[in-house]
Amino acid sequence: MKGVFAHKFWVIVWPYIWMLVFFALPFGFILKISLAESMIAMPPYSDIWSWSDGRLTWLGSLDNYRFLLEDDLYYLAYFNSLRLAAVSTVLCLFIAYPMAYGISRMEEPYRSLFLLLVILPSWTSFLIRIYAWIGLLKTNGLVNHFFMSVGLVDEPLTMLHSDFAIYLGIVYGYLPFMILPIYANLMKLDHSLIEAGYDLGARPWKVFLTIILPLSMSGVVAGCFLVFIPAVGEFIIPELLGGPDTLMIGKVLWQEFFVNRDWPVASAIAVVMLTFLIVPIYFYRRLEMKQLGVGE
Amino acid sequence: MNDAKVHCAVEVVNVSKYFDDVAAVDQVNLKINKGEIFALLGGSGCGKTTLLRMLAGFEKPSQGDIKINGVSVLNSPPYQRPVNMMFQSYALFPHMTVEQNIAFGLKQDKLPAAQIVARVTEVLGLVQMEKFRSRKPAQLSGGQQQRVALARSLAKKPALLLLDEPMGALDKKLRMQMQLELANIIESVGVTCVMVTHDQEEAMTMADRIAIMDQGRIMQVGQPREIYEFPNSKLTAEFIGSINLFKAVVSGGELTCDELPGQVVAGEANAAFDGPCYVALRPEKIRLEAGRNLDAKNCAAGKVNDIAYLGSHNVIHVRLDVGAGQGKVVQVHVSNFARHATQTFDFEQSVVLSWDQDAVVLIKADQP
Repeated sequence: MKGVFAHKFWVIVWPYIWMLVFFALPFGFILKISLAESMIAMPPYSDIWSWSDGRLTWLGSLDNYRFLLEDDLYYLAYFNSLRLAAVSTVLCLFIAYPMAYGISRMEEPYRSLFLLLVILPSWTSFLIRIYAWIGLLKTNGLVNHFFMSVGLVDEPLTMLHSDFAIYLGIVYGYLPFMILPIYANLMKLDHSLIEAGYDLGARPWKVFLTIILPLSMSGVVAGCFLVFIPAVGEFIIPELLGGPDTLMIGKVLWQEFFVNRDWPVASAIAVVMLTFLIVPIYFYRRLEMKQLGVGE
Repeated sequence: MNDAKVHCAVEVVNVSKYFDDVAAVDQVNLKINKGEIFALLGGSGCGKTTLLRMLAGFEKPSQGDIKINGVSVLNSPPYQRPVNMMFQSYALFPHMTVEQNIAFGLKQDKLPAAQIVARVTEVLGLVQMEKFRSRKPAQLSGGQQQRVALARSLAKKPALLLLDEPMGALDKKLRMQMQLELANIIESVGVTCVMVTHDQEEAMTMADRIAIMDQGRIMQVGQPREIYEFPNSKLTAEFIGSINLFKAVVSGGELTCDELPGQVVAGEANAAFDGPCYVALRPEKIRLEAGRNLDAKNCAAGKVNDIAYLGSHNVIHVRLDVGAGQGKVVQVHVSNFARHATQTFDFEQSVVLSWDQDAVVLIKADQP
């Protein structure tokens, strides 16, 4: 028994070490900086405790968090980020589900081919791909050229530097992260369940709503998280495609860090953002546990 | 005039199904009577499952017609056919309770809620699963899942019930018990049933009639007894039970069998053809005796080659004294009548095999 336990221990310990080194430790630094004060130094923040005369003195404060509450810039940025991320996640879902379903029902070799096509764009740098959209969307860009030559519009549309462009960018950039988990889930789906649905008299649409969709829900939820969470903190897309007045928390974070060089406020922003994201994950875990029948 | 139609629940008319030019089902004709349990029996890839799926509507025949109660269902999708299937994996919806699973089909017919509840209770009673109505499928054992699957496929009172390898997911002990129970439930409901199986014992236990399939074709249709006692081909003879086959020839009504000594005389019903054939003998129809003189006909001498004690009977292999000491090995079943066996056989013991004229079946050799 002891041998088995030791074996288990060595399997489980690695993810924990990974989480400790690459998540908990950096987060601890950020948390520490968020409690410090900004100063012109190297590094540009004060210590949160000092050691003098054999006594440890606490110097940290929650001032930076208080500051976030006072300025409505941060409220707006958080709210805007959550809204943009939520809308793009829903858009992604509606586009990705039919694609994932279609691919999962394909015969080989088409299935592998289309799956490859989904992943293929990721082989180019994300930055370059988003940059390319500027060329497509700008006033004298390709899309406007096409619309005008077809006679769809008389004068070029303003598409770049708008919320529309941000939605487009996020949906375009994060679509594979929605498609892949849903696809993986649908591939696991026992086809005889679908046939049983038909056999019992359910029409195709009814089979989709009552059998396929509920059974692929965990893929949908995983995909939504994979899109929503990075989209909230997204910086490149609002920076390149958004307007100058687009407020997103990623952009604000960047400005605090690199323009204002106010590391403590930037860290506080990051900590608050993480808290926002942990809440839905916690509820998802609870739901997952319930579905698995744990605790029943 | 309508009599034939009334008795015939399912009619399969010259149905073929090709996958990439390969015939999975090849010109099959079948008539299945109302209220009977009909088994499609064959090895894997024989086309039995494809035929079942065509009845359910999951596959479309390449040619031919399928009629249920006299009406062609060729152009009906599965959700419009009066057919329900019990899947091999049971295909119970894992996110629904037992009750919801059974109610699913009834809900599609937009029945009033009270009627649905009543029917669910009725079929749950039929399979003795009332206590489990609010369980999820994952919380049930294999046998219980099978009962729920059966209840679900009976809930809509289908004109035709399909069973796909009904015992495939059960262990051997449970299988025997469920075979009889399933057959009893189906008979009590009176629903016409077509089942697919590769297990001859299962087919013989449950079915009223069996069709043996091979390479997409129906080889023989009949009651279990007919198929066992009167196989019409080498294939069906070998597929059902074990059998001893000896090459022989019939010419001008005269039977010559080089693999057996002496004269072989078959029952009158058998020898109505000319050409190469097999003399077929079931192992339990052969008598095995030590120290006895050979008769003139239906008799052979040999030496015990192998003995397997199986509890209920012994399987004894006897090498015949025909030719140059390399005679054919014949399988004989000797029933274990008494606990303290009075007659036992030893290796290399000289024995005499004999059988009744009636036990001999002549099977025409299909291919040289």
